[in-house]
Amino acid sequence: MIASSSISRILRKVPRENAFYFFTSIGNYTGENAASLEEFVRKVKEVDAKSLEFHLYRGDFEKWVDETLEDKELAEKIRSLKSLSPSGNSLQNQLYLIVSRRYEKLKGEFSS
Amino acid sequence: MKIKNQVIVLDNLDWKILQILQKNAKQTYTEIGRLLSVAHSTIYDRIRMMEKQGIIKKYTVVVDLEKIGVKHVTAIMTVFTNPQESEKVAKKLSESKEVLEVSASLSENLSIIAKVVAEDQNRLHLFIAQSVAPLPGVLKVRTSIITREYKDERFSIEKWKMESKY
Repeated sequence: MIASSSISRILRKVPRENAFYFFTSIGNYTGENAASLEEFVRKVKEVDAKSLEFHLYRGDFEKWVDETLEDKELAEKIRSLKSLSPSGNSLQNQLYLIVSRRYEKLKGEFSS
Repeated sequence: MKIKNQVIVLDNLDWKILQILQKNAKQTYTEIGRLLSVAHSTIYDRIRMMEKQGIIKKYTVVVDLEKIGVKHVTAIMTVFTNPQESEKVAKKLSESKEVLEVSASLSENLSIIAKVVAEDQNRLHLFIAQSVAPLPGVLKVRTSIITREYKDERFSIEKWKMESKY
């Protein structure tokens, strides 16, 4: 059970400068960004899978989730996904499953 | 030099001085005067006037970074923006030490084209991710890393003068 203060911290909206910006390669910004876990879940489903591949293997997702959202558990799950080397739609589906489940769990615990 | 309808009109001597300075800005007033058969005091006055009017913006040095072993990555970045925010984005980019040149373009939507330099690809990406993408009004960014430069020259007064009606 996570403390409600921790949950609200993970679910908060972060300032624009701390949002996650989706790129497809070095310097190529897609125009999509996420400033909260809720937005991140949505964007993972919407952005091009190439962008997810680019960030997953650079370790950008786990870094942002760990350092900005401060959700170590989710960061660890994303790190584990990386070790399975998924790509394309498979990566998109698996990542979406991980982040959406985490979001629903936290939201559920926070409301109860 | 004359000012006609708020436009500065240079005479032949001004143009020649600019041509000489563009080839080598280190030349003295005396050397330039000798080349043009004009007194060095005249050259001094003309140059001071062109500096004062902002025609001569600055004197600078072009360093060959490869020769001194400075590792760097240069890229051309196209920043697509909201029309309302474009001016602010361009000004903000101009303030960054990583950005060498900033221009506006109307070729494809409203975009800003900037030349960027960083120590390596990772730092280039970090700069764009942390300092460009978060700027209000930035819609997307396309970046091309320059792998080899075949020509890097500024506008040539001499060539332009030869081809123009002046």
